[in-house]
Amino acid sequence: MKLEELRHGTELLKRGFASMQKGGVIMDVVNASQAAIAEQAGAVAVMALERVPADIRKAGGVARMADPAIVIEIMDAVSIPVMAKVRIGHFVEAQVLESLGVDMIDESEVLTPADEQFHIDKKQFSIPFVCGARDLGEALRRIHEGAAMVRTKGEAGTGNVVEAVRHMRNINGEIRALQGRTPQEIVDRARDLEAPADLLLETVKRGRLPVVNFSAGGIATPADAAMMMQMGADGVFVGSGIFLSANPEKMARAIVEAVNHYDDPAAIAEASKGLGEPMKGLDVHTLKEGEVLQYRGR
Amino acid sequence: MVVRIGVLALQGDVSEHIDAFRDAVRAFGSERSISVVQVRKPEEITGLDVLAIPGGESTTISRLIEKNRLFDPIIEFEGGIFATCAGMVVMARSVDDPRVHPLGLMDYKVIRNAFGRQRDSFEADIAIAGLDRPFHAVFIRAPVAQHPGNGIKVLGSLPEGVVAMEQGRFMALSFHPELGRDPRLHIRFLKNCGLL
Repeated sequence: MKLEELRHGTELLKRGFASMQKGGVIMDVVNASQAAIAEQAGAVAVMALERVPADIRKAGGVARMADPAIVIEIMDAVSIPVMAKVRIGHFVEAQVLESLGVDMIDESEVLTPADEQFHIDKKQFSIPFVCGARDLGEALRRIHEGAAMVRTKGEAGTGNVVEAVRHMRNINGEIRALQGRTPQEIVDRARDLEAPADLLLETVKRGRLPVVNFSAGGIATPADAAMMMQMGADGVFVGSGIFLSANPEKMARAIVEAVNHYDDPAAIAEASKGLGEPMKGLDVHTLKEGEVLQYRGR
Repeated sequence: MVVRIGVLALQGDVSEHIDAFRDAVRAFGSERSISVVQVRKPEEITGLDVLAIPGGESTTISRLIEKNRLFDPIIEFEGGIFATCAGMVVMARSVDDPRVHPLGLMDYKVIRNAFGRQRDSFEADIAIAGLDRPFHAVFIRAPVAQHPGNGIKVLGSLPEGVVAMEQGRFMALSFHPELGRDPRLHIRFLKNCGLL
C-alpha cells in the first residue's frame, strides 16, 4: 500500500481512541514503578505526572507540564496508553507532548492556566485531547475546539466525590431536560448555555454527549467509582485516590473491579474489603477562593 | 428464530459493537430478529449464537476475563466469535507480551501495537479477500498477526503482518469495522456462522 493512502490524526481516530477506553480506569502515576502497578491492576491507561493533584495543592506555586524525562520513563515502562497534562491554553506544552508521542493530552485545570481567554485549538493536533467540564455548555465548547473526550472536572486532589457528582448531574440532567424539545427551543437553549447549536442538537438527539465522558476529580474509593458509573460515566479517572491510599496496589485493583461490576453491590462490597485507609481527603467548603481548581477555564 | 448475539462487556467499545450488529442485520435486509446483549458473567454465554470480543485494552480485558471466570466458558463456547483489535489479541495462540494471557482459540502469534502509538493510528482502504471493493479500515494502536496456522484463511495483510483472518465460525480483525458504516464483514461473519 502507498503511504499517502494512510490518513493519520482524523476525528474518527481521535474519538475512536477515546471509545477504546470505555469501561476503564485511568490512573495518575508519577514514576515507572507506579505505572507498572497501575497496568498490572488493570488500568486502561495511565496519566503521567510529576505530582498527583493533592501534592500539587500542597506544593502551591505554578503547576506546569511534567518533566519530559518522567513522561518518557513512564512510556517506556508500560504497554497501555500514556496520557499527560498541559496547562489550559498552553499549546506549546501540547506540541512538546505530541512530539514525545504521548497517546492523549489532558488540557487540565489541575495545572495553572496559561491563557485565561482561549483553550488550545485542539484540531491542529494529530493526537486526541481530553478536557474537563462542569456543565453541558462547557463540555460542548471543548468538543467544538476539538476535544475527543470529556471528563467532568470534579474537584481534583480532594478525595471528595461531591463535585464530581454535581458536574455529572449538571451535564446529564441538562441533556434529559432537553428531551422532547423542538429544534427551535434547543437552539434557543444553546444561546443560554453558550454552546454551539449544532452540537447541542446532536447531543439531544443522541441523548448523550457525542464523545466519551469520563468522571474525574475526587474519586477515592471503589464505591465512589461505581457511583459515577451508575450516574452515567463511561469510565473514571483516579488521581490522588490510588497512590495516596494506604495500599495503592489493592486500591487500584479494587477500583478496576468496582468499575467492571458497577451495578453489582455484592461485587463492590467484595472489592472494598480490607483496603486500609483511603486518601485523607478535604471538605471542599473549606477551600479558599483560588484553591478551587474547577473554576479554571470555562 | 432469534439470532442471539452477546458482546463481551468487560471494557472497550461495547456499545459500538452492539449498534454495528443491529445495523448489519438491518442492512442485509434479513427478516430474522436479533437480540444483542452485554456479557459479563459466565452464565450469560449460555444460549448465545455469537460472541463479540470488542476493542479496548487487551491487558485489561485479559485480566478481567480471568477475574470474572470467563476463560473456560469462552473456550468451550460453540458459537461464532467476532473479535476486533484487543479481541484479536486475546483470541491468539501467543502474544508478544506476557501481560496478556490469550485464549489460544486461533493459531497465530500476535504483535501488540504493531504500528506504534496513537499518533501512528490510521485509516486506510484495504483489500479483503472475497470483497469486491476495498474496505475502509480504522486502525487504533492496532495489533497484527504473524505465522497463521494451516486452518486460518488470511483475508487481508499489510507489510507489518496479517490484519484480517477467518477460520470457520471465527473472525479476527486488527481494525474496527464497528466504528465505520460498512456492514460487509459483519454480514460475512454471520453468514459463515449460518445465521444469515
